[in-house]
Amino acid sequence: MSTARYTVAPTVTMLTMMKARLVGATKGHALLKKKADALTMRFRQLLKEIIEAKENLGATMKGSFFAYTEAQYAAGEGIKHTIMDNVDTAVVKVRGALDNVAGVKIPRFSSFVIPGETKMDLTGLGRGGQQLQSCRKAYQSAVELLVQLANLQTAFLTLDEALKVTNRRVNALENVVKPKLENTISYIKAELDELEREEFFRLKKVQKNKQKNQAKAEAEFATAMAELQEATADTLDMPPFDPKMPGQNVQPPASSSLLNYKEDDMLF
Amino acid sequence: MAGAVAGIPPDGMLLAVLADEDTITGFLLAGVGNVDLRKKRNYLVVDSKTPVRQIESSFKEFCARDDIAVILISQQVAGQIRNVIQQHNKPIPAVLEIPSKDCPYDPAQDTLLTRVKHIAGFN
Repeated sequence: MSTARYTVAPTVTMLTMMKARLVGATKGHALLKKKADALTMRFRQLLKEIIEAKENLGATMKGSFFAYTEAQYAAGEGIKHTIMDNVDTAVVKVRGALDNVAGVKIPRFSSFVIPGETKMDLTGLGRGGQQLQSCRKAYQSAVELLVQLANLQTAFLTLDEALKVTNRRVNALENVVKPKLENTISYIKAELDELEREEFFRLKKVQKNKQKNQAKAEAEFATAMAELQEATADTLDMPPFDPKMPGQNVQPPASSSLLNYKEDDMLF
Repeated sequence: MAGAVAGIPPDGMLLAVLADEDTITGFLLAGVGNVDLRKKRNYLVVDSKTPVRQIESSFKEFCARDDIAVILISQQVAGQIRNVIQQHNKPIPAVLEIPSKDCPYDPAQDTLLTRVKHIAGFN
């Protein structure tokens, strides 16, 4: 893992690109970390609320059940069937809205009662009407509480999921992407350094060769000069060059010198 | 998720109930019950003779319906289809376990509450 890197050509362009990506990754990591913190804070708060609400639920429901028993006693056993038969359309409904926590959308429910006359209003008109209405009230408040709880529960599940995803992203950036980019950058840097050293060595070598060649040329030149001087020193003693000498071509003999050759029509 | 919320009709969503007769009667009295044009109800009366398969299929049907926001299920019934409830992990509809009339609420059995307590470190 620690040696993992992107397969890229080690060039300066790539280095700048990787550095830009690293900056981006660092920034993204910081932002996501903040988001995760915000979510965790909300999540903790939520946990406490859920536990409280759930523990309340038992008591509230007990009250509702007692109210129902009362109603049943007052209105008679048959009320059950009257109620069951009277079911038409729901008057207690749930409205949804959106909450936003650090970019995570959490649905928020709220229950509401559609106003107007319903068949349930007239239930128990004959017997036990008061008990039935109070039972109805008790159940409506229970429904309200239940919807609140559903709210909390939905938020809990949504946040849990969002938190998981965010944490995964934070960890991925921290443990995979950033080290990989850092490795790539150091690889490119090392490779570029290596190239530079090679280049430097090559230049040194070239320079050395050049100097060597130059020294050699100078030495040769010096010897040539010395020879020439030597030659000029003693050519004057040589006999003059005679092109009409037998057995000789245009080439001057080694023992003669052009300097000693006198032509009649040559003007100096 | 946003799509599910955006899909909430403006006239509101329903609550579904899976419980014993007495509990359901109370909720119906409050006005939760709904019978649509095809005579489909948003509640299921569960007694000792109701087969588990029927509870399961009703629960799945309520989950699949997009006009239901909250499913209330009595703890007794929830115990019978525990694995199906545990598989349900979408935020909408929210599955809520409620105590039933003849069975007191036991917080230790609630799937969600145990999870919440586990995360909160409340054991």
